[in-house]
Amino acid sequence: MEFFRISRTIPFLRYSRILNAISIISFVIAVGALFGRGLNLSIEFTGGTVMEIAYPQAADLEKIRHAIEGKGWGEFQVQSFGTSRDVLVRLPVRQGLSAGQQAEQVMAVLKAQEAGVELRRVEFVGPAVGAELAHDGTLAMLLVCAGIMTYLAFRFEWKFAVAAILANLHDVVLVVGLFALFQWEFSVPTLAALLAVLGYSVNESVIIFDRVREHFRTMRKASVTEVIDSAITATISRTMITHGSTLAMTLSILVFGGPALHSFALALSIGIALSVFSSIFVAAAIAMYLGVKREDLVKPIKKEDPTQQIVP
Amino acid sequence: MNRYPLWKYIVIGIALLFGAVYTMPNFFGESPAVQVSSQRPTVKVDASMLSRVEAALKSGGVPYEAAYLETVGLNVTARVRLADTDTQIRARDAIEAALNTDKSDPTYVVALNLLSRSPRWLAAAGALPMYLGLDLRGGVHFLMQVNTAEALSRRLDAIVGDLRTQLREKDVRHAGIVRSGDRIEIRFRDDEARRKADAVIRDGFSDLALREDPGSGEPMLVATLNPTAVRAVADSALKQNINTLHNRINELGVAEPVIQQQGADRVVVQLPGVQDTARAKDIIGRTATLEARLVDVSAEGQAAVMGSQPVPFGSERFTIGRGAPVVLKKDVIFSGQQLQGAQATFDENQRPAVSIDLNDGAGRHMRKVSRENIKKPMAIVLFEKGRGEVLTVATIQDELGSRFRITGLDSTQVANDLALLLRAGALAAPMEIIEERTIGPSLGKENIDRGVRATLAGFIAIAVFMVLYYRVFGLISVAALTVNLGLLIGLLSLLQATMTLPGIAAVALTLGMAIDANVLINERVREELRRGASAQQAITQGYERAFATILDSNVTTLIAGVFLFMLGSGPIRGFAVVHCLGILTSIFSAVFVSRGIVNLLYGSRRRLTTLSVGQIWTGGAADAKA
Repeated sequence: MEFFRISRTIPFLRYSRILNAISIISFVIAVGALFGRGLNLSIEFTGGTVMEIAYPQAADLEKIRHAIEGKGWGEFQVQSFGTSRDVLVRLPVRQGLSAGQQAEQVMAVLKAQEAGVELRRVEFVGPAVGAELAHDGTLAMLLVCAGIMTYLAFRFEWKFAVAAILANLHDVVLVVGLFALFQWEFSVPTLAALLAVLGYSVNESVIIFDRVREHFRTMRKASVTEVIDSAITATISRTMITHGSTLAMTLSILVFGGPALHSFALALSIGIALSVFSSIFVAAAIAMYLGVKREDLVKPIKKEDPTQQIVP
Repeated sequence: MNRYPLWKYIVIGIALLFGAVYTMPNFFGESPAVQVSSQRPTVKVDASMLSRVEAALKSGGVPYEAAYLETVGLNVTARVRLADTDTQIRARDAIEAALNTDKSDPTYVVALNLLSRSPRWLAAAGALPMYLGLDLRGGVHFLMQVNTAEALSRRLDAIVGDLRTQLREKDVRHAGIVRSGDRIEIRFRDDEARRKADAVIRDGFSDLALREDPGSGEPMLVATLNPTAVRAVADSALKQNINTLHNRINELGVAEPVIQQQGADRVVVQLPGVQDTARAKDIIGRTATLEARLVDVSAEGQAAVMGSQPVPFGSERFTIGRGAPVVLKKDVIFSGQQLQGAQATFDENQRPAVSIDLNDGAGRHMRKVSRENIKKPMAIVLFEKGRGEVLTVATIQDELGSRFRITGLDSTQVANDLALLLRAGALAAPMEIIEERTIGPSLGKENIDRGVRATLAGFIAIAVFMVLYYRVFGLISVAALTVNLGLLIGLLSLLQATMTLPGIAAVALTLGMAIDANVLINERVREELRRGASAQQAITQGYERAFATILDSNVTTLIAGVFLFMLGSGPIRGFAVVHCLGILTSIFSAVFVSRGIVNLLYGSRRRLTTLSVGQIWTGGAADAKA
């Protein structure tokens, strides 16, 4: 079995303009959604109380909302969680009331409606902790970017470093934008997933760049575009299979992992799917626009060092 | 020829053995158990206690699998392993009834627990199952913020009092000592007095940083706590709070509580298995109260001690420790909130003593009461759970102020214990719960099932594809991936990492990413064959060339993992640890182990013409050759 029966170089970069236009448009939409709608941050970031409640049969969300409304605690959310029998209630931080007290009061009202309800989980986060998490998360993101860029600049060349990091930030921004657009919950595991995507999708670009460097050495007469096209063509089979495997895993977490891992798996799946696209069309195209030349990568009069010869 | 020297096979063998041994305990599961530990420092858990436990079980007709002593750190606990949860409850009740004869004042903590069912020889080899996080086993989690500013403020107040006393003793006249915020301002009438005071303070208060304040127009010294002292105050407040929490949580009978410092001023408390948050919070947040009272020395009072007469009106009967009774008046001289410090020291005759600091208000009251009651006994009572226990009875020798000493103690040990008890009466600094999480036990089980199911489903999908697509090489890749999983779990068990739901997700993700290395190798081998390389050459070239790429592509993932570890906390840290370790084990297994298998299968075959690496489509190139 061989999926990718490619006999000639596919001119990927020929489509790069249209695809880059799509990229830019979706990027703008993502940023717009991010600023316009904002992220649906989990209470880990905002502070507040979350209760997970299990009903013996399908729960009537309207009745629950009505019951909690009577408390006059301000903005709250009631949504089903995983199944129709599981309900997630989010409450704002309330001065003078601890999470336990809030939960007890809510449970008292709900028990009056339906005796069989069961409190499965209560989570409370103070506002200070949330602010700190957001700060640490942003810092982690910046440090990962800086670390990866330094590594790529050292391993390849600054143009590739810039191209790779832009391509992967593009992935991250699109994922975050989707989370904002659809108001999926953005939790701490989601943040971890984003950082994992960042690390993972850069290695995709690394593999293509490795090939680009190798083909610059071997294809002496070819133009820059031809070299990049042939490098992508040579790696496409491995790219699709690897990503397919990783996606199989993240989709499996999405399907079987339950609601607690839902947003984590979602962010990973989207991020991994996007990273295929971005490393082929975005990273390589940006590298081309930045004007990579054969001289940037192939140092003249240098004996071929076996460790330098990198191929996928 | 692709052959590995013998030592490489030995290395692989050792790694496989390591993975197998350390992964194993996780598969035995856990059996219900009852754990007995001592509530009091004076009562030790030892072999005689264990035989009492066994006797209690036998007389109660409760069958048990094993009973033994286990030492964790400095604590010895007795553990009884049982067949099922029903017997677990029966065993708990039987042991409880036999050991704690006084229900209102238990000597031992009898707690339900889960013990690994893995054989003893595995435990002896250090192979223990992974510790499950709260999201997998259920329980409550609190993150508490210690208000160190409050501890500092208390300390400064105490210093103000000390300064007054010291300056008076040294005959230095001052025009007022006030605390404003975190600085203490000492005013003087003239520079002469200020100079003298400066010398006295520098001599006696090493914690203070002194400077003059020329701007105010009058002679003045401004004292602040130096940074080391500030740190020391915050640190000791935190330590004392953790200590107090330990004592209180012990009462809850939680099997394996986690009480840890996090950052400079936070404490994490995790109580696995506890479902009753309200009770847990009640106990954690409880402030034991301390009261000093006069002993009732009247004839009626003394008669009541003997039990011959009823306790007179306005007095109460207590016991000293668990022994002699004593009758105390109900009037409180000072209470725990007014106590600012208690240290074990020595008196003039070098005998052990405890020095006590009170705040100014309590000091004034103490002076009045002590003046009126010289040569009469005074007692200090600790109230916990609504029950008073007299810690010490001392005779008032003189008029006392806000600083005084309890002397005549038997030993330094007694002095230390008393000082600790006095201090532990209240938390050193107030604490506030800033994060709270309760996870029901059924949810924990579900989380484990979901995590394992997700990992297995993904693994099987990848395995089926790899075998179909790459044939024997695919099979080898799957074997390498299995080894990877074993090594990763073995390593995590060895490190006794805490497994959380994000941790399981990280294991799954790591497996999904690790297959990349084998795909790279297999694709490269195919490519070499397509170029017309011989089978043996294709293996050598394929592995060699793929290796640098594998290394390269993993470094970037590792960078992300390391930063995640540095900046994350709790479950995210767990995710990062698994992720980073997974990258390392995957390089080892994908490259080293899979090559070992390939060499074993194909390496020594001289006339190897084909490799089972799936169909190789040569397309136009094949036509050209033909």
